[in-house]
Amino acid sequence: MIPEIGHYSLILTLFVALAQGWIALAGAARNNATWIAFARPAARAQFLLVLISFVLLAWSFAVNDFSVSYVAQNSNSYLPWFYRLAAVWGGHEGSLLLWLLMQTGWAFAVSVFSKQLPDVMVARVLGVLGLVTAGFLLFVLLTSNPFDRLIPAPTDGMDLNPLLQDVGLIFHPPLLYMGYVGFSVVFAFAIASLLAGQLDSTWARWSRPWATAAWLFLTLGIALGSWWAYYELGWGGWWFWDPVENSSFVPWLVGTALIHSLAVTEKRASFKNWTVLLAISTFALSLLGAFLVRSGVLTSVHAFATDPRRGVFLLLLFAVVVGTSLLIFALRAPKVGMGGRFDLISRESLLLVNNVLLTVAAAAVLLGTLYPLFIDALGMGKLSVGPPYFNAVFVPLMVPALILMALGPVANWKTAKVRTLTKHLNVPAIVAVTAGIATPFAFGRWSLLVAMGIALAAWIATAAVLGIFQRVRATRTGLLAQPRSWLGMHVAHLGIAVFTVGVTLVMAYETEQDVRMAPGETVNAGAYDLIFHGVTEALGPNYVAQVGEIALSRDGDEIRTLRPEKRNYFSSDMPMTEAAIDANGLRHVYVALGEPLGGDAWSVRVYYKPFVDWIWIGCILMALGGLLAISDRRYRLKKRERRARSTAARAAT
Amino acid sequence: MNRLLLPFAGFAVLVAFLAFGLTLKPSEVPSPFIDKPAPDFTLPQLDNPSETFSPSAMKGEVWLLNVWASWCYACLEEHPVIMDLATTHALPVVGLNYKDIRQEAIAWLERHGDSYRLSVSDTNGRVGIDYGVYGVPETFVLDKNGVIRYKHIGPVTPSAVRDTLLPLIRELQK
Repeated sequence: MIPEIGHYSLILTLFVALAQGWIALAGAARNNATWIAFARPAARAQFLLVLISFVLLAWSFAVNDFSVSYVAQNSNSYLPWFYRLAAVWGGHEGSLLLWLLMQTGWAFAVSVFSKQLPDVMVARVLGVLGLVTAGFLLFVLLTSNPFDRLIPAPTDGMDLNPLLQDVGLIFHPPLLYMGYVGFSVVFAFAIASLLAGQLDSTWARWSRPWATAAWLFLTLGIALGSWWAYYELGWGGWWFWDPVENSSFVPWLVGTALIHSLAVTEKRASFKNWTVLLAISTFALSLLGAFLVRSGVLTSVHAFATDPRRGVFLLLLFAVVVGTSLLIFALRAPKVGMGGRFDLISRESLLLVNNVLLTVAAAAVLLGTLYPLFIDALGMGKLSVGPPYFNAVFVPLMVPALILMALGPVANWKTAKVRTLTKHLNVPAIVAVTAGIATPFAFGRWSLLVAMGIALAAWIATAAVLGIFQRVRATRTGLLAQPRSWLGMHVAHLGIAVFTVGVTLVMAYETEQDVRMAPGETVNAGAYDLIFHGVTEALGPNYVAQVGEIALSRDGDEIRTLRPEKRNYFSSDMPMTEAAIDANGLRHVYVALGEPLGGDAWSVRVYYKPFVDWIWIGCILMALGGLLAISDRRYRLKKRERRARSTAARAAT
Repeated sequence: MNRLLLPFAGFAVLVAFLAFGLTLKPSEVPSPFIDKPAPDFTLPQLDNPSETFSPSAMKGEVWLLNVWASWCYACLEEHPVIMDLATTHALPVVGLNYKDIRQEAIAWLERHGDSYRLSVSDTNGRVGIDYGVYGVPETFVLDKNGVIRYKHIGPVTPSAVRDTLLPLIRELQK
């Protein structure tokens, strides 16, 4: 009964979403206040209904109701409760329900945090979101119903894919989807403004916090996915340029371009068409990602179980949503010029170059991802495009972007003087050159790439810190009195610098050893010694593990015991690696258990990874910067002002 | 034409490709280079760069040339199948280690098993170009006279071995 209520609740949501889409958009077109007023309650009702479905599916997992086909496929009575909860979004159907929960959740947020917006605009935005939600609901109901019954019910479930039984999985998809779906709000704002013919700086100001919010979730989601792959797959790599990773990275790149472009549109009313196109593209690329991952057109380690009907439906959804938007864009985009004029050297042109670099990088990654498909479609064979391609095109595009990153914040809008720029940047330049030259020597091996990477990171970091310092001194106030969005920008840029340091140093100085170890044998990694004490067996809730015991020591002082595991889950033939990592912020000693080699000897993989943590710390800083930016007072001020104004107006009548 | 329609036009092309992509079967095989003598080359051996290898050394045997690289994930996927061909079916398989770093290639073989008769290093990909390698992995079947008889693009699957490769090889070995 419970699953049927969940299913029924989804069907109801579909009707509410369709009604909201048509009534709100028609209301906005005819300026009918009653119809317009329908938008907000309808958005809230959808969220509530999807939440009910979601909770009921979680309930089916909690009580091990294996008569629900999806539960039977993705859970097991031995699975600990927290993984049973995470298993709700561990497979295709449930992850779409999570997607819908986020989709309606964002619309709910718009209905709540939109008091400063004209009602007719809110109706348009929510109307567009309602139609997108309806599209996804149709997809779920027609091809991927998570509440389908399996009669007769099996006595136990097939268990959640062991790779996914991890804390990383509990948080990775929700964060990632929050990002993907969050861009639908920015998309809806863009379409709404095109429909209204009001593509101006007000539109940009409304969109900015939403774009930044979606971007910060996407940043965290990607970072968490990378961290999860790093320790769960046991390969010691943190990014593989896999099609699925790429399909989250491309929207991130375009989304990054978008949040910068929105700044120009808000402050200078320039780049309007470009910004609106970026807003459409970011969401379009999120949809494309969903299609690529779930249709099976590309081969990837992440692939969901595929079903041809799903691929066709998703492609249709993608074609309708994006095709319609691009047609609306072609018909309604303002045909006026560039907005406010600006000089060759100005913040506008720097941000324009940043935009071009980020979009070209996104296009290059997308091309590499889709290339096998294009070649196949043209009948020219099958192939895979590997990391060499991506590194070769991506890195050279990012270097100028990183150089410009220090220039942008100190350049004036409209026109900037070269002399002011050099005055602000001579200290960062000196720090960059010094750090760049010194660092490789500190690591004992000269490398031009390291010098360049560290110099770039130092350049950005010094410029950011100096920028904050000078402003705090000039305004004679504290750090926290500064505008949050300004502070957020610098924190995010610092994040990029920290990230760059991590990537540069780990790529250049990591060591990898694959050794045969018998008990009592020692292997060195960096300044550390690892002594192998053999392997014992341990029983987990739903697996048997071989647990290695390896003592980590430095100069004879034992630091700790590392216990890498090799797990055999009852439900799967594939053994899983659980790496053991000793981290101290400056380096990882990463140990993974390989295969038994006869006797008591095992093959053991030992990685020494300097500064690898900085990759994820950098991402967290970027997200933190985004959080600071959306908490800026001016977004809240507008609301309060408007409320004060409307109270005043009411008092006057 | 309206310039603003360009994004839509580009999008339409993309969707057409994606739609076509949905109809494609995995590991479908086109056939260039078939029934032509294999291009000759002399490359250093991976294990022992001072020694070289040329296809002429394999005259009189039916053998496989498998293009692989340590950076290629699809190669990892097909690796057990290649090993099976070499061990269970006792076929000589020569690895063409394509655009790879020697140490990484050796480490990869140590980790995942090495059943190649030998591998050769095509560090700059020059031989790959001669063989028309689109991407890695690819596998060529060569007959006793050094003529390419078949080319498998993408990871070799157990069903491809069963239905295509083995019947062809057994025929050639007669």
